[in-house]
Amino acid sequence: MSFRRILIANRGEIACRIARTAKRLGYGTVAVYSDADAGALHTRLADQAVRIGPAAAAQSYLSIPALLDAARRSGADAVHPGYGFLSENADFAQAVVEAGLVFIGPAPSAIRAMGSKRLAKERVAAHGVPVLPGYTGADQSLDRLVGEAGRIGLPLMVKASAGGGGKGLRPVRDPAELRPALERAAAEALASFGDGELILERALLDPRHVEIQIFGDRHGNIIHLGERDCSVQRRHQKVVEEAPSPALTPELRAEMGAAAVAAACTVDYVGAGTVEFLLDGDGRFYFMEMNTRLQVEHPVTEAITGLDLVEWQLRVAAGEPLPLAQDQVRSCGHAIEVRLYAEDAGRGFLPQTGPVLAWVPPDGVRVDHGLVEGQPVTPHYDPMLAKLIASGATREEARRRLVRALGETRLHGVVTNRAFLAQVLETPAFVEGRATTGLLNDFVVGDAAPDLVVQAIAAAILAGKLGWWSHGTPTARLRLAWDGGEALAAVTPEGVAVGGETLAVSLVGECGGQATVTVDGGTHTLPVTRDGNALWLDWQGRTYVLEDAPLSKAAKRDGAAADTVLSPMPGTVVELAVEAGQAVAKGQKLMVLEAMKMQLELKAPAAGVVAELPVRQGQQVPARALLARLDLGGEGL
Amino acid sequence: MPVLNPTLDPSSDDFARNRADMMALLGEVRDLHGRIRANAERQAEKFAKRGQMLPHDRVAALLDRGSDWLEVAPFAGTGMHDDDGQGEAQGGNVIAGIGFVAGRRVMVAASNSAIKGGAISPMGLRKTLRLQELALLNRLPLVTLAESAGANLTYQSEMFVEGGRSFANQARLSAAGIPQVTVVHGSSTAGGAYLPGLSDYVILVRGKAKVFLAGPPLLKAATGEIATDEELGGSDLHARVAGTGEFVAEDDADAIQVAREVLARAAPALPAMNPPRQPRPPRFSPDELAGAVPVDYRRPYDVREVLARLLDGSEFLDFKAEYGPATVCGWGDVEGWPCGFIGNNGPIDPAGSVKAAQFIQLCNQSGTPICFLQNTTGYMVGTEAERGGIVKHGSKMIQAVANSAVPHVTFLIGGSFGAGNYGMCGRSYDPRFIFAWPNARTAVMGPEQAATVMGILMEEKVRRSGSEMEPAVLDAMKAKMVKRMEPETTALFGSARLWDDGIIDPRDTRRVLAFCLATAREAETRALRPNSFGVARG
Repeated sequence: MSFRRILIANRGEIACRIARTAKRLGYGTVAVYSDADAGALHTRLADQAVRIGPAAAAQSYLSIPALLDAARRSGADAVHPGYGFLSENADFAQAVVEAGLVFIGPAPSAIRAMGSKRLAKERVAAHGVPVLPGYTGADQSLDRLVGEAGRIGLPLMVKASAGGGGKGLRPVRDPAELRPALERAAAEALASFGDGELILERALLDPRHVEIQIFGDRHGNIIHLGERDCSVQRRHQKVVEEAPSPALTPELRAEMGAAAVAAACTVDYVGAGTVEFLLDGDGRFYFMEMNTRLQVEHPVTEAITGLDLVEWQLRVAAGEPLPLAQDQVRSCGHAIEVRLYAEDAGRGFLPQTGPVLAWVPPDGVRVDHGLVEGQPVTPHYDPMLAKLIASGATREEARRRLVRALGETRLHGVVTNRAFLAQVLETPAFVEGRATTGLLNDFVVGDAAPDLVVQAIAAAILAGKLGWWSHGTPTARLRLAWDGGEALAAVTPEGVAVGGETLAVSLVGECGGQATVTVDGGTHTLPVTRDGNALWLDWQGRTYVLEDAPLSKAAKRDGAAADTVLSPMPGTVVELAVEAGQAVAKGQKLMVLEAMKMQLELKAPAAGVVAELPVRQGQQVPARALLARLDLGGEGL
Repeated sequence: MPVLNPTLDPSSDDFARNRADMMALLGEVRDLHGRIRANAERQAEKFAKRGQMLPHDRVAALLDRGSDWLEVAPFAGTGMHDDDGQGEAQGGNVIAGIGFVAGRRVMVAASNSAIKGGAISPMGLRKTLRLQELALLNRLPLVTLAESAGANLTYQSEMFVEGGRSFANQARLSAAGIPQVTVVHGSSTAGGAYLPGLSDYVILVRGKAKVFLAGPPLLKAATGEIATDEELGGSDLHARVAGTGEFVAEDDADAIQVAREVLARAAPALPAMNPPRQPRPPRFSPDELAGAVPVDYRRPYDVREVLARLLDGSEFLDFKAEYGPATVCGWGDVEGWPCGFIGNNGPIDPAGSVKAAQFIQLCNQSGTPICFLQNTTGYMVGTEAERGGIVKHGSKMIQAVANSAVPHVTFLIGGSFGAGNYGMCGRSYDPRFIFAWPNARTAVMGPEQAATVMGILMEEKVRRSGSEMEPAVLDAMKAKMVKRMEPETTALFGSARLWDDGIIDPRDTRRVLAFCLATAREAETRALRPNSFGVARG
């Protein structure tokens, strides 16, 4: 089972992370990339990088032929799938093996067996692993499902058997919701996973999500490396993960570990895997599913065990026995991970794209990322940018360190959830270790709009060093604009006047991406990045972007007259394309004027409603005659 | 180079007294500047309602951020005509100065339409003429932000004939290759219509700009025609029909932005102007200039006290230090700009006169600008001076000053009396720039001196008629004379009459001089493309 060169069939932070361990162990590495990732960090870290297709994942990172072709061309003899993409695709694992390459992961049969939630649940239940009461039968008729739902009782969860990562989940609380929920879930599952099979489960009220990391080798050994608590989730997407779980006693840990190992044993599991459980308030736990791959959140386990799980994956794939026996596994301290996403928490967590203008990871914590300054964050893939993992002797030490690290993380150019993560970490329920999967329901995201202090700081930085005036007070006037607001500011040596107040804010200097300002007598140095007219700045844990907007709001710099269309020369109106009262878009054809043997198409100078149209078809008009006037709806002048 | 060592200790009582006196005088000047501003601020609400910016805000928006700004003649007309220097302080109804716009050093002139509608006063006109002169001499592009109710007809006789010169100057600036960019923010009518008319680039604020020779009332009186403002000269008319404007902007701020963009096209950027020598601070802080000299010109001091706080490294190459020592000449640098200096340590005597005349000629030979630090009671009088040929030697100095071809920058830092005002390059000798300290005094002679002279003449007259003057009557007459003359000698009195280009903070002297020297040097490097007739509008 020996191999020498590993093709990493993934991108982003995990591709980088795998490459580092592979190189450390002496393996050659091959990165793959789509057109959207040309020049990305993972392509630079590997020994060589192979283009596998256009940006669309289906034609690149999800294309089995493209990946196998890349392996062949680069001379790779092993494939690490990372997580996501094809990592839990049994056909891919099968194809890799059939191509004579080593698949760094479990056997295709194990992937397939655990890939169906329905079959997996039936399988592990048969081996005494606790499962939630529910229905996992093969009869998927609507009547049967409705009947089973009645037996299980409400609330319950409808799940796509083939789903994962929160997709294909639908809670049902009201009997009237049941039938539509089943119908929609089946249709969705079919569309998303090519498989409409559903399972039903009793829903727990705000349980914890606790998962056990397991490892198996080709010599029949399967052990567990303890748990991770991933209860902090937003719409079933993990946000914060930690190890150990604040809720587990050593006894419960041993019990859940044994159950996880038992579940893995049902498929003779080889490699890294995770068994996910729901834990209720009474210490009862229930099998949810098994992930047959390395998890995003594996670093928290590494942090407290001191192990390198990718190293273990490579050793197991090479046929070595597990480096440790169960009773040799040690755990020390506490670790917490947060996922830094390119998403705007203030606007419904909308994914964000843009260039990474500045990226300075914080000191004192582990940061797994695939970012390079100058690279764009594209809309083609998962918007996760980086993971920050803090560890400490105690949970509070780790938490404190992580909050501070988030505050020092500098990522400009694309909006991130940085402040939201810090806010979550500071939530009393999390601080006290009481977080359940319900923590982020009804969570009020902190206000992301710049307050007067931030406006004043931005104004002072944008104004720059003030000049010397022989008389009067040197004044720089500017208009700040940001997503959802704007303000006029006047910057003088005495301070910044903005929003009807004068704040004692002034710029000391700006150098090397940092600005030093005084605010009410205190001196602060903050990261800043300029992008054209935009200024990115970090202040008290938040990132703001403010634009140095033109002073005039009315400015129409396209040279078009405001709201009127005049005849450019004498001629005849040969065609009227609109009528009075009609709404028109900017650039829409209004009429055609024939003059000097030319047909001139006259267009709307702006969007609006045709308020006046004092011409008719065939009419002769002199030069500069009013042909149309638009009502711009108050936005005109 | 030799280093000057001032003798006045900044921790001494003398220094503290000097400083307190100077700061009190400076405070009055600053207060006046504040009153002009406050006078304009009274219109803030009205302007905001009309969607307009106040004129000083227009200027701030026009200037580059971080631009230095040397205001010119800020106190023109103070206490004259409708300006009472108090609540109706007007500053000539024009805000003007030299600053940077789109990276170019330019002259900015903004009608202060927040005061009396920007009406043109006799001193405002004189100020405008000086601005045009400065623009021409220093080859500065001229940006005008116009909005004026027109000439104040009450004073038409003081303006009408001379007023034509402002338009002639515009034509000559254009012909000289110095671009003029004018924003019409509001009314610019009648005579004011020629201001945009003679500008090379005109930007009209839509719905606000009005440019016509005769408004509706005058038109009705003249020809009986009835027409609206817009029909006669609105932005649409000029942009679409008459062609008087090149650009239409949506509001004041937009127009200023357009002006910045136009200027960047109209005036080529100059290579960065670096002084020929490495700038170094003086060894003695320029801030000490507030206390280095007594404000009373009757108390003598060594002008080297000033030079030590003005020159790079406080280094001064003293020219003929021991010959005519009351007239101090020598060379030094200011912010890296080499300059010759002439100062006074008392009246100018025959030796001092020829020394200064020689020094001026040497500066012309080497192309070095000259800075005059005026503090003199005039040319030396008395038999010794007359026998020494003070008239002919003083004449040599005046000849040298009047015909010198290098830039002169004059500072009135104390007394400026008698022909000393002329020989030391007062206003009538056309220095490139001239500024006053708040303590400056300018007159043909000191008020007490004048009263004494008048008293002697009066006594003789009375004696000739055979009687004697009562000493009490004589004293009363002299006191009255002093009282009448005293206010007419102050810095503000002179500045109001444009005897200087502004009263400055003494502590800014170094910056002002460096700015002027850089401006003058830049003018020499600015290649102009003159044409014969100015640019005519199509």
